[in-house]
This record gives sequence, C-alpha cells and structure tokens, in this order.
Amino acid sequence: MERLERRLGLLSALPIGILLLLSFVMPLLLVAGFAAMPQKVFELAHLPDFSSFAVIWEQGYYKSLLRSLGLAFLTTVILFLVSWPLAYGMAKVFGRFTLVITILVVLILFVSENIRLFGWSLSLMKGGLLEGYLRAWFGFSFETPLYDWPVIVFGMCYVYFPFMLFPLAQGISLVPDDARLAASDLGASPARILFEIEMPLAAPGIMVGCLLTFVLSAGAVAEAKLLGGRSVIVLTDDVESAFTFGQNWPLGSALSLTLIVIVALLALVPISRIDLDAIMGRKR
Amino acid sequence: MRQVSRSTRIALYLYGAVILSLLYLPLVSVGFASVSKARYLSFPIKRYTSEWMTAAVTSPTVHELVLTSLKIAVSVTILSMVIGFFGALAFARFQWRYRGLFQKIILLPIFFPQTVLGLALLIWFSALGITPSWKTAVVAHLVWIAPITTLIIAIRAYAFDPALEEAARDMGASTLTVLREITLPLLMPGIVSAGLFAFLLSWGNFPLSLFTTGVDATLPKWLYSRMVSGYTPQIPALGVLSVIGSTLLVAVGLVLMRWMRPRD
Repeated sequence: MERLERRLGLLSALPIGILLLLSFVMPLLLVAGFAAMPQKVFELAHLPDFSSFAVIWEQGYYKSLLRSLGLAFLTTVILFLVSWPLAYGMAKVFGRFTLVITILVVLILFVSENIRLFGWSLSLMKGGLLEGYLRAWFGFSFETPLYDWPVIVFGMCYVYFPFMLFPLAQGISLVPDDARLAASDLGASPARILFEIEMPLAAPGIMVGCLLTFVLSAGAVAEAKLLGGRSVIVLTDDVESAFTFGQNWPLGSALSLTLIVIVALLALVPISRIDLDAIMGRKR
Repeated sequence: MRQVSRSTRIALYLYGAVILSLLYLPLVSVGFASVSKARYLSFPIKRYTSEWMTAAVTSPTVHELVLTSLKIAVSVTILSMVIGFFGALAFARFQWRYRGLFQKIILLPIFFPQTVLGLALLIWFSALGITPSWKTAVVAHLVWIAPITTLIIAIRAYAFDPALEEAARDMGASTLTVLREITLPLLMPGIVSAGLFAFLLSWGNFPLSLFTTGVDATLPKWLYSRMVSGYTPQIPALGVLSVIGSTLLVAVGLVLMRWMRPRD
C-alpha cells in the first residue's frame, strides 16, 4: 500500500516535472551558460571569459538594475501599507463584502495588464478622463503625471495589488481573535497590538505577499513603457534590448542571471520555511 | 463580541469601495475611448460612434489575432488541466518521498519574472533550432499556468477523504479504475475552475507571448505594439471586445460551476 502510494506520487509528478525540466530549468541553465560567454556570441562553444559582468559594471548597466530593485522595493512598501487595512477588513470585519471584493479583484486579473495600463494612460493624460472632466466641470486643471518614475511605481502598485492583498488577507485570518482580545484586556494600545500580536502572527502572509510583489515588479516592463513612456529605463528594458536589437545574448543573459540570483536569494528563505500543507488546508 | 467600532467599520467599507473603483477606473476610460468619434481622443467626449467597434469586429486582421489567441488558450487549457490533475495528486494526495521538494519547485515558475522567462525561452528555442510560433507560446504559457492549475486542483484534493479511494481498492478496483471512477469525479469542480483560470490567464497573457509567439501575434501582443507606436481608436475598441469576451466566459463558467454543485 505505501509502496504503491510512493510509486503513484512519483508517476503523477512526472508530467509537470518533465514540462518544467524542459522549458524552465534547461532554459535557465542555458542563460547561465551564456552569461559566462564572450560578447556577442551565439553558441556556448567558446571559452568562458565572464566579460558580460565587466560590461555591466563599466557601461553602467548596474544602474538600471539598482533602479529596478529600488522601484520594486518602493512598490512593495506602498502596497503593503495600502493593502493592510483592506486585507484586515476582508479577514476580520467584512462578511459578505469579502466575497464581493475577492471576485472583483480576481476578475480584473483576467484583463490583460497592458489594456489596464493603457486605460490608466487614457485616464491620466492631458485631456484624459480625469483632467478632461475636472477641467470641463470645475475649471480645474493639472499637469499629467505620466512619463516620470512615480507613475511607474503607481502602475506597478496597481497591477500587482492582488498579489499583495490575497496573501495578506490569508495571513491576517490566521491571527486568533482571542490573542488580540487578551492583549487588549491587559491594556495594550492598538499600535502595540498591531506590532506585537497581529503582524508577527500574520508573518507568513506578509512574507508571501511582499515577496511576490517585489519579484514581479522587479521583473516588470510594461509599466515603464506604457506609463513611463521610456523616460525611465528599467532592467528588463536592458535585458530585452540586449537579446533583440543588441544581438548580445551573453550581456542579456548576465543581466537576467543577476536579477534571478538576487530574487532567488530573497525568495529562498521564506519558501523553505513555509509549510504548504498547513496554508492550503490539510488538517493534521 | 464587537471588536471594531462603528466608525472604523464604515471607514473600512468606504476604503474598500474606493479601491475597487480605482481598480476598474482604467476600464471605464478604455470603454469611453472605444466609442468616441474623434480620431484624436480627448475628454470630455463630444460625439459618440460605434464605427470603431464595427471596424474591429469585421477586420480580417482581428479575426486572425483572435484565432491565434484562441488556439493558444484552448491548447493551454486542455494541457494544463491534464498536467494539473496529476500534479495536484502528487502535490496533495499521495505521500511520497520528494513531496515537500516537489511542492516548492512547483511554486518557482509562479514567482518568476515573466519577461525574463519569455526571453530565456526565446534563446532556448532558437538554440534548439525551433522557430517561434503559436506552438512555442503554448509551451511558454504552460510553464507559468500549469503550476497555477496544479495549485487550484490541489486545494480540492486536500479536501477529499482518501478513505473513499481505499474502500474502492479494498473492493477490488484497479488503480486505473479508482482514478477514473472516484478521484476524477471528486476533483472535477477543481479541474473545471482550474481550466477557467488557465483559459483566461492565457488569453490575457502579455509578457510571455511578447517573446515566444514569433510571427503569430496574439491580441495582447498586437495591442501592445500599437500602444507604443501611438494612439488609434482601434486599440480601445479591441481592448473592450477582449474584455467582453473574458466576461462572457466567466459568466458561462460560473453558471457551469453552479450547475455542478448539487451533484457534489
């Protein structure tokens, strides 16, 4: 019986295992291989010289890396602050309304992100939905916030909002009401309850939410192009042009690899600590 | 037991309503833009027209884009339902040696920046001598979507009682019969909702399609190439049609799941 289970487990893991081996692991190994190659070669049959990393340093590509990481960090912090009250409401306060929010937030995910970002550029542009109607109705006008870095952060907050909201709500629902009530009975201030009871107990959700948002926004490209109008070059822009117009696979690979390694180092700690059986609902 | 004051409650509800309306505001803009008569969009809109919509519906280019997007989404849906079904059994149901490791590996593609994945696949395919087409896009979408369907079906698999399978096996059913007669029907609601997710995520996917479809453009990819090269009324019209398509599918899916529930 147990031997059968073991065999069946391995067998049913095979389809997705093969898929990920052939089209996730191998491509990434290829990228790692190309990252070591001399500039502008298209085969791995060269002596590795790691010159791409020197190029990243000398030609200032590290700046776009730092910029991407900085924007991603800012996005994560802002999204955490914005999502916490709503996630709290979803987990503890709203009854039926939680379902409404959940459905509406999931539905928006099914609309292509570039259509939604395009919608924001129509809303925010000079003569767009907001400025146009404000001017027509109240005679009030403002400069468009488009084509600058804050609007890129705004766009990333908008697109990745569900990836922060749902893990946070899940995390907060793990906080037992008794713990909070006990603390409050013993005279703890709301701030103290937040920092010493709720946030530590909701930590798994906070970790997953922040991690997802950070990773996704560090690798984002559409926000910078559609809202930033190429005024800000992010890392993914450099990777894309190295692979396409630049025809420099080793440089593109080295840039990707740097991002992947940074992201992997950040992701490894929380992922290895999380007990998926507990989060996804197996009762032990 | 009231823990939250009345005013905090009201504030939270208001906050939720504001966030939801912000979430949908860009779609309102796209919707207005798609029916504005002016070639150069400017709000407030003075005259309305349905000509852009009509032009989009009757354009042969659009038909081709929709066909490509559909081919990819349908293939991804079917394959990811099958892969996800078995993946979910390995994830949640069977106790096997590398289950913990397997669960974590499945999460990696979901946590991975999609643009980088798309580019990595692009050089991988060209190293293998495969010309990118809608078929390579199916593979690319699967890398991201099959783990998601696995997770969705796994949630369902956690909830069911292994004793049902054991009972069938004790009465002499073979492994295959148990799978077909017990496991599959019990997991069916999860498989259907996973299929719905798979279709919609593939239909709307942009970062993976951008690099892996080759000459076969999908709707989001084509829209993107138009957006970066300047405004035309075609963009919002097609955007709205794409959203309407997804909405209809969600409606059908919800009805389907409602209909499946009583037999549950």
